[in-house]
Amino acid sequence: MYTQALNVKDTALPAADPQREARFQARIDAEEKIEPNDWMPDGYRQTLVRQIAQHAHSEIVGMHPEGNWITRAPSLKRKVALLAKVQDEGGHGLYLYSAAETLGVSREELVEQLLDGRQKYSSIFNYPTMTWADVGVIGWLVDGAAIMNQIPLCRCSFGPYARAMIRICKEESFHQRQGYEIMVALCRDGTPAQKAMAQDALNRWWWPVLMMFGPSDQDSQHTDKSMRWKIKRFTNDELRRKFVDATVPQGRYLGLTFPDPDLKFDETTGHWAFGAIDWSEFRRVVSGDGPCNRQRLRQRKRAHERGAWVRAAVLAHAAKRRAREQAAAGVAAE
Amino acid sequence: METPLFTYTLRLADNALILGHRLSEWVGHAPVPEEDLALANMGLDLIGQARALYTYAGEVEGRGRDEDALAYLREVGGYRNVLLVEQPNGDFAHTIVRQLLFAAFAHPFFEALARAQDATLAAVAAKAVKELAYHLRHSAEWTIRLGDGTPESHRRTQTALDDLWAFTGELFETDQVERALIDRGIAVDPAALRTRFERRLDEVLAEATLARPAGGFTQSGGRAGRHSEHLGYILSELQYLQRAYPGAKW
Repeated sequence: MYTQALNVKDTALPAADPQREARFQARIDAEEKIEPNDWMPDGYRQTLVRQIAQHAHSEIVGMHPEGNWITRAPSLKRKVALLAKVQDEGGHGLYLYSAAETLGVSREELVEQLLDGRQKYSSIFNYPTMTWADVGVIGWLVDGAAIMNQIPLCRCSFGPYARAMIRICKEESFHQRQGYEIMVALCRDGTPAQKAMAQDALNRWWWPVLMMFGPSDQDSQHTDKSMRWKIKRFTNDELRRKFVDATVPQGRYLGLTFPDPDLKFDETTGHWAFGAIDWSEFRRVVSGDGPCNRQRLRQRKRAHERGAWVRAAVLAHAAKRRAREQAAAGVAAE
Repeated sequence: METPLFTYTLRLADNALILGHRLSEWVGHAPVPEEDLALANMGLDLIGQARALYTYAGEVEGRGRDEDALAYLREVGGYRNVLLVEQPNGDFAHTIVRQLLFAAFAHPFFEALARAQDATLAAVAAKAVKELAYHLRHSAEWTIRLGDGTPESHRRTQTALDDLWAFTGELFETDQVERALIDRGIAVDPAALRTRFERRLDEVLAEATLARPAGGFTQSGGRAGRHSEHLGYILSELQYLQRAYPGAKW
């Protein structure tokens, strides 16, 4: 999910090494995987750390909006499915942090940067989950959009990230079907009140989901380099169009109306044409003024702070244990 | 009129659901992401057990109630779980100690139930015993780390043990309902498990440098439907959608 970090400009980098860079680029052009111990340009490393960390943070922060409904899920079957799903997201966070660590940063540093605002998570999680239908819509649309973004990342030039994405994509695609199944229960088999709940959720989430693909290609600062390095394989607009084409028929099957009067099938292009995205909202939410930005970060900080004594205990106990083992080994040696 | 087998099955199911629900409240708020996963895992095990047990209770009752009717449409007084499992999560030490106390009882309990006369309960127990073995190991390891960690973690864990100890007696109580089933080899006599429970617990507490609280009064009543104030709030959340949209399917 969540390639928002690929739209950010890099800070100044040390002088380039043209020969090595040329060899590096040749490997990428030959579709070879770059592994952690291989030489890589600083910009490549920086882009990947930022991207993988942002992806990991998104998984961890993303546990909150859906986790919000675990205790209120409407049946035991839905409850275990949601609990397992949110658990999966936490697992994705963990192996993405591990992938980032292969680039020479620690998980602790990255978490620090999330909590003090230097690194971001996907802006989609700054919207609230108001009703149960939001859980369905998140699975169907948010995970659906994430998959569009992530399938190409399975072929990303950096080996550890590409391999992590293969497993993540399998799980995400299961989540997407699970979300859609919730929508089917609400819309096709549900009462009028349930269907209205589903329509309301679609109305609130549709535009923010389209924004998940990032600024349109003419405004994206970073697409060129990321594409040349084969971190990114398709542009924001290409992925967004693919997503809309795949999603509109699904929504129509549910009998829902998309909140876009300009949405119509274009016979000449064979694609669904959609209305203009309100990029001022996107910029506002990315820069911190979405409905839940402060709440989400506060939730993360609180969990981190409340866990501090536990983490301290783990280290203290490990040190005691080591000391006892060493003492025992010393006695044995004598 | 409830049959003893129905009541007995319901008690086991309610224990599993309420403790599973409590663990699920942690997800996203744990001290480290690894614990978000582990607590969710144990919650999933328990709610899975609850589903199988509710389904069986519904069959035994024969009035057409399924797992959701039993979980979502009973009032506080109809719930039969022990008081231990409805106690609030508190800090991480409270959650871990609650899990340790429950698992140190439930692991040998399910071992015995897996050999009992009722084929369905025995089958549920055979699966649960593997899950509870993990819950016991996980909570024991954490109790040791926290007890023998820093002065703060030691103090918090001892406090949790002192707070929760009064709820352990109820795990070993039997009443008329169970007596009849124990005599027929269907239910497990929990009194027979007490020595094992205490031995296992003492091993863990010794390594954790924690002191087992001395005797004291036992708080009980949950299995007969007399609960703490906490259960009402759990059910308010758990049952919200089923109550707000009667008859809707989700």
